[in-house]
Amino acid sequence: MSLLHLAVFAPFLLALFVPILYKLFRQIHTGWFVLILPVLLFTYFSRFIPLTKQGDVITERAAWIPSLDITVDFYVDGLGLLFALLITGIGSLVVLYSVFYLSKEKEKLNQFYVFLLLFMGSMLGVVLSDNLIVLYSFWEFTSLSSFLLIGYWNERERSRYGAQKSLLITVFGGLSLLGGIILLSIMGNTFSIRELISQSGQLIDHSLFTPALLLVLLGAFTKSAQFPFHIWLPDAMEAPTPVSAYLHSATMVKAGLYLVARLSPVFAESGLWLWLVSITGLITLFWGSYSAIKQTDLKAILAFSTISQLGLIMSLLGLGAAALHYESMGETIYLAATVAAVFHLINHATFKGSLFMVAGIIDHETGTRDIKKLGGLMQVMPITFTVAIIGAFSMAGLPPFNGFLSKEMFLASMVSVLELDIFNMDTWGVLFPVIAWVASVFTFIYSMIVVLKPFTGKLSLKLLDRKPHEAPIGMLLSPIILASLVIVFGIFPNLLSSSIIKPAVASIQPSLVGPDFQVHIAFWHGPEPEVWMTIGIIVLGVLLYKTLSKWQGITMWVPDRISLNSLYDNGLRGLERSSSFVMKCLMTGSLRTYLLSVFLFFILSLGFTIYWKDAFTLDTKHFAPIGFYELLLAGVIVAAAIAILFAKSRLTSIIILGAVGYAISLFFVLLRAPDLALTQLVIETISVSLFLLCFFHLPLLASRKEERMTFRLNNAMISIGVGVIVTLIALSAHSNKLFDSISSYYLENAYKEAGGKNVVNVILVDFRGLDTMFEITVLSIAALGIFAMIKLRLTRRKDQS
Amino acid sequence: MELLMAIVIGILFMCATYLMLSKSMLRIIIGTGLLSHGAHLLILTMGGLKGGSVPLLSDETASYVDPLPQALILTAIVISFGVTSFLLVLAYRSYQELGTDDMEEMRGTETNE
Repeated sequence: MSLLHLAVFAPFLLALFVPILYKLFRQIHTGWFVLILPVLLFTYFSRFIPLTKQGDVITERAAWIPSLDITVDFYVDGLGLLFALLITGIGSLVVLYSVFYLSKEKEKLNQFYVFLLLFMGSMLGVVLSDNLIVLYSFWEFTSLSSFLLIGYWNERERSRYGAQKSLLITVFGGLSLLGGIILLSIMGNTFSIRELISQSGQLIDHSLFTPALLLVLLGAFTKSAQFPFHIWLPDAMEAPTPVSAYLHSATMVKAGLYLVARLSPVFAESGLWLWLVSITGLITLFWGSYSAIKQTDLKAILAFSTISQLGLIMSLLGLGAAALHYESMGETIYLAATVAAVFHLINHATFKGSLFMVAGIIDHETGTRDIKKLGGLMQVMPITFTVAIIGAFSMAGLPPFNGFLSKEMFLASMVSVLELDIFNMDTWGVLFPVIAWVASVFTFIYSMIVVLKPFTGKLSLKLLDRKPHEAPIGMLLSPIILASLVIVFGIFPNLLSSSIIKPAVASIQPSLVGPDFQVHIAFWHGPEPEVWMTIGIIVLGVLLYKTLSKWQGITMWVPDRISLNSLYDNGLRGLERSSSFVMKCLMTGSLRTYLLSVFLFFILSLGFTIYWKDAFTLDTKHFAPIGFYELLLAGVIVAAAIAILFAKSRLTSIIILGAVGYAISLFFVLLRAPDLALTQLVIETISVSLFLLCFFHLPLLASRKEERMTFRLNNAMISIGVGVIVTLIALSAHSNKLFDSISSYYLENAYKEAGGKNVVNVILVDFRGLDTMFEITVLSIAALGIFAMIKLRLTRRKDQS
Repeated sequence: MELLMAIVIGILFMCATYLMLSKSMLRIIIGTGLLSHGAHLLILTMGGLKGGSVPLLSDETASYVDPLPQALILTAIVISFGVTSFLLVLAYRSYQELGTDDMEEMRGTETNE
């Protein structure tokens, strides 16, 4: 354990105390206590910046399950640090924002902050773990905390729906990720990411390489809401806005990007990887930006925009893999794609975080997020408007904001695809810049919708639930900080380039980034194609935005019936219906049906096994001789057992059962088992008295309903089957001795080790003492159950009294 | 002897099964009682019968019967007593509360209550 371990587990520890703090200090908003932790952690992680800048990696080890090669090894390198800073940095701002967003009187703050801290800790675990199993555990924990946070307002039906949807889709992906991890560990014989990376050259030829690649990507795509798994993200917007800003735009949905980036050195040599990652990213980019335009809810627009931006980063990460195939040429243009991916990841967190917070403020102050009702808020909320305009212009890719820079780099990378001549890229590659450009036009349009629709135009107070005014300064603080970062990173991008971006790129492409590699981001780099593309985007974007009302209807042409959402809904409904059908067939509520299936299975499976394995043998050599008394007792038992079947009254059958029991205890005497005989005698006496106690005072049943002949015949057939099978097993078990008996050990050691001459007793109280203790436990549980049943009085009793 | 025992065990199991398949709760409980008797004898028979003297150590005797099945059965007797008494009280109480001991009448699932 080390300070780094403490840092990752600190949110979990604090989560334990949040409910106590909430109870003790009701008048103080719980968020203030929580805020301290991410700020501390952010400072702690910032100290690593100089170290990773020099290419150092900090590793801290701790054993967890050494026998399975599972260790809690955390390591901080460029990529891990970038994410850790995002998680704690945005985390601090989000907690600060939530203090003003969530009222301390009305909301269940104790739950909210526990979930949020769980998420923070597990997300840190995901990005800092070296062991894939540990990474997976934290990965599922992020899905779980996301589920809890989406369903935070669990009295709303939509919240529960969204929470379930996100859980089903991300956990499905998580399971396939686990499958991929296991395949990777079979190939590389290790769970450690760095050890896998070190042997990546040999892995690519392994027969499991492609399945592992597909499974890992499935995990990453579901988590990062890539097409066609993106459908959970818009429904996740039911969560409180701080959660949407934090989990569903800045951090958790980037876990998939993290995974792709982290495992790039393992998989990126493969052409399949390059194609899948970049194409899926592009489709998501296009589909997300296209769908964003038809939304009317501010948060829904932002959700689709997040999907689209995640696709953008994903496609850049995929394209970055091309650099591996050009290393001899000293070509850095494809490496630039990775640089752009990392830079845009940071930029997206800043501008999208601020936009989500703005949407939250609008919702908070006006009571609606519907852009049809909103308008003209510019006059009443000037500060919010300024923040919104910075965020939206950055998202649209306008100078001088950071989004402009990374958008230009993105376009440049897409244009460079035209020069690729590997994996058939030369034929289909032309699609890349085209799709990227079209999607960017859509991005421009929805960015304008986000900022212009609510803030410009006419303010119509009638449509709003409350009279809007500027948000309190505390609520504005976080978006203002993020908006300032948008400008700072836009004007001075090289603040980040060598300290954060270069180490992160070095972790994604370790074989390519040497000591002389430099990241330099510049505003103006000559009249390159990307500049013309940006100008084109702005011109066409403005034109299309002006005429939005005329063509927006076209986006609605996909009917709801064939959408992915209805596929999900119908699939879920079908699953529920078919499982309830199967359930109804199996669980009839009739004990007889259950027992019949148990006995039938018993007969068929054992009978078949005996037949198939030819297991029945009869060895008469070791048979013991039959004495007169034994024959007599056997006759008594058989006669009594059969007599029970025909007994008419309860009393008779109880007494006959007692007779069987006593006969068996006499049998134990003859078979040299005195302890058994004694126990059986005592137990049988108690049993019979208990039977009589219970049933003597009850009235005799009016003659039992005549059971139909077929009913009895069926029962008789099954019973005879069971009897025959058991007889066969008894004989075979006696005749076959597959293993040496362990009994001689007890005979030899009973006196030596335990000092007792009665071997049976010694076994029970000494050698197998623990078993006996559990036996006593079972008895006490039965006694408790009996006590509870006797105490239980249902309605009939109440009526009588 | 073992052959005789095997047949006795088979008959015990057969009767137990028949009783357990009937509708009356009391008969089901008696069935489980018979079933455990059969199982005890089955364990004893599997180990071999009368292979030596009683497993009480002394210097004179050379061979003993297998003590392990006996230890197992001893545990099983006590457990089956626990189960039987639990079922009995369950039957008794449900008869008191519901006025029937017919399993088909008591039948109910979560959906058709």
